[in-house]
Amino acid sequence: MNSNVAYFPKQASSFAANVDNLYFFLIGVSVFFTILIGALVIYFIFRYRRRSDAERPKPVHGNIPLEITWTVIPLILVMIMFFWGAIIFYKQYRPPADAMEILVTGKQWMWKLQHPSGRSEINMLHVPLGRPVKLTMTSEDVIHSFYIPAFRTKSDVVPGKYTTLWFTATELGEHHLFCAEYCGGEHSLMKGWVRVIPAEEYDLWAEGVDADMAALTPVEAGKRLFTEQGCYACHNPESGALGPNIEGVYGSMVKLADGTEVLADEAYIRESILYPQNRVVAGYMPVMPTYRGLLNETQLMQVIAYIKSVGVEE
Amino acid sequence: MSESTTSHYLNARKTVASWLFTVDHKRIGMLYLGSIIIYFLLGGVAALLFRVELMTPDPNFMESDTYNRLFTMHGVTMIFFFLIPSIPAVLGNFLLPIMLGARDLAFPRINLASWYVFTLGGLLTLGAIIFGGVDTGWTFYTPYSSTYANSNVILAALGIFISGFSSIMTGLNFIVTIHKMRAPGLTWFRLPLFVWAHYATSIIIVLGTPVVAITILLVAIERIFQVGIFDPQLGGDPVLFQHLFWFYSHPAVYIMILPGMGVVSEVIACFSRKRIFGYEVVAMSSLAIAILGFFVWGHHMFVSSQSMYAGMIFSILTFLVAIPSAIKVFNWISTLYGGSIRLDTPMLYAIGFIGLFLVGGLTGLFLGTMGVNVHVHDTYFVVAHFHYVMVGGMVMAFFGGLHFWWPKMTGKMFPEIPARITAVIIFIGFNLTFFPQFIAGYLGMPRRYHVYAEEFQIWHVLSTGGATVLGLGYVMMAAYLLYSLFLGAKASSNPWKAAGLEWKTTSPPPTENFVVPPVVTQEAYAYETEDVYQDDADQKGTTHG
Repeated sequence: MNSNVAYFPKQASSFAANVDNLYFFLIGVSVFFTILIGALVIYFIFRYRRRSDAERPKPVHGNIPLEITWTVIPLILVMIMFFWGAIIFYKQYRPPADAMEILVTGKQWMWKLQHPSGRSEINMLHVPLGRPVKLTMTSEDVIHSFYIPAFRTKSDVVPGKYTTLWFTATELGEHHLFCAEYCGGEHSLMKGWVRVIPAEEYDLWAEGVDADMAALTPVEAGKRLFTEQGCYACHNPESGALGPNIEGVYGSMVKLADGTEVLADEAYIRESILYPQNRVVAGYMPVMPTYRGLLNETQLMQVIAYIKSVGVEE
Repeated sequence: MSESTTSHYLNARKTVASWLFTVDHKRIGMLYLGSIIIYFLLGGVAALLFRVELMTPDPNFMESDTYNRLFTMHGVTMIFFFLIPSIPAVLGNFLLPIMLGARDLAFPRINLASWYVFTLGGLLTLGAIIFGGVDTGWTFYTPYSSTYANSNVILAALGIFISGFSSIMTGLNFIVTIHKMRAPGLTWFRLPLFVWAHYATSIIIVLGTPVVAITILLVAIERIFQVGIFDPQLGGDPVLFQHLFWFYSHPAVYIMILPGMGVVSEVIACFSRKRIFGYEVVAMSSLAIAILGFFVWGHHMFVSSQSMYAGMIFSILTFLVAIPSAIKVFNWISTLYGGSIRLDTPMLYAIGFIGLFLVGGLTGLFLGTMGVNVHVHDTYFVVAHFHYVMVGGMVMAFFGGLHFWWPKMTGKMFPEIPARITAVIIFIGFNLTFFPQFIAGYLGMPRRYHVYAEEFQIWHVLSTGGATVLGLGYVMMAAYLLYSLFLGAKASSNPWKAAGLEWKTTSPPPTENFVVPPVVTQEAYAYETEDVYQDDADQKGTTHG
């Protein structure tokens, strides 16, 4: 068992506290009625337990004032729930005019994101602290759902349609990003992180400066890119994985779909990342997207360094 | 006369053919019981396998494709082949004519045909599961199911399409029987609430099932002929599928729960020896649920790209449908007041039902609340909620009804003490399985995840532990019920001292149900009259109302 047990999600967006307050109200109402009904049942069972088989309780046919009471009180309570919930939803549904727009494409099984500066990323969304952000989203294949629990927000991502989602992040750090709509095969690997950084740092980041990568070794940086860019979703050790496993690949002879063999050296790995359709490994479909423009030369070398580090024969 | 020579529906004829070609509603009810136990077992084993897999965040002994097939198998078998037929096709089939004082259902041959259709649909779906499986989830969302899934979607869909017709046949049969075959004197407001609940259920079945049948057929047509209906690449609309699917599948929730509410009304009345408080209100609330239930389907789609204003309408209607359910609970509690209460096994399940259905219903309010729904939609919170309604509600009610009418159906008593202990174990195991899922869900644990983030692990471990306890409870129940079949004490005609025409005939009833057709002279649940407490059908061989 690991030590980081969670009981309640972080509140990391401007919506979170509002949603939680309503949630606590609902819990309050539920606990009240559960205790009321539970206590009545237990009391009645004890108080009116059968003491003799000859008991013939007096029949009660009903009581209209009581029926009206327990119709009207729940009705008032649920109408409070309805309006409170609808108001929150109304706010979540309408992004402010000045929100920064980020484009999101979902596909089996990764998230592709593009920022207004032109910078793109996969399975990792950098957002500025305290600035409203609007996501305009669509899917290339099946229905996905963009879900950030710490922000208490989610929207389906539907092929052939554009859906939007907006939020203002209020907590620095990394928050889970999940696909919440079942989308087949590796649905549970279609996940990533939303990294909230100070607004000034975001402006630099958007222009290509990675403040937080500076202290890492090439292998560490490459490993992080490998996860962030969604490579692991396909290149994992499972036999059903869409792409070949990278472990032990570097330096080995790889069988290609056309029957030839090639030595998996830096040049071949680089080609496979930038021009994935050129020389596909035997037994796999040519489905990998190109990473041209997504990784700069430094990042490419870091990813290759990571693949080398798990591929060296001991 | 001695019991052993009495002829009843079970021993009237003994050949296999006499079962396979029977048109006796009681035998058909027992055929359904045998069938749904098989599906319950399959669905349960699938659940146990993936619950063990989910003990750790990373994959253990299965791949994602296997995991996806297992939860689909669990959902499809449990919903279409266990929950939907459970109470109506087993208890309803067996009891409805007897409760009405009738010889059989209105259309006995259609009743038999319904079981064959159900079996054919079930075999096709089982075939789909055995020969490679289905990985779409029981919801078959498009365009995944219609274009992308690489599994036996068409075969499974065909099986569900066909089995839908067995529901329709049963529903039609019930409606006609309740209208036309009530015993003399059995007016509408003298009907047991079990009958009212089945009437409401049958209306939903007849109106709703054709829609899901057509929808599933459209998925198959798109898959086979590439006709653009749901897939946007062919010019279709994927969200259209969700509207059509939930138009049936939300009312289907009431197909699953209303008969359970009927069972609970019978059991509570018997074990507190009182007429159900507010009988007419409880009866009408079933109809209100059946009607309102058709106008709330969009609450499954608040984040699906459905218009915000449509969402608001669905949300307010959802809150309205909660009211009749609340009314039922308050009336049941009031029935206990001033009663003469005994906690025999059926009553333990009925009380358990009230508690678990209460939690299921209240958490349904969370989901109907749009602002909260956005966060918990498609998480374990939803999974926990609907298991509280369907397992905590429907399955508890089914077990309550099975124990209540077991002496009537089999002629044998089950051992009471093991049965009570089992009921408590199932209640504890159930809560341990599903309560942690509310917490995991609000934390953000998405449903249908094979691999998950570490911080959710503790809740999964608790849940798997609970599932083990729950499974143990099921095994214990199977053991003592089987024991009772062979070695149980002989049941008298009215072992619980219950009101209702079914207790006025022998256990098990004769093939024709009543030697002398009954005449009804009083309201249901007349526990104040001595007539109810008679246990003399065996001696007199006659009946009276």
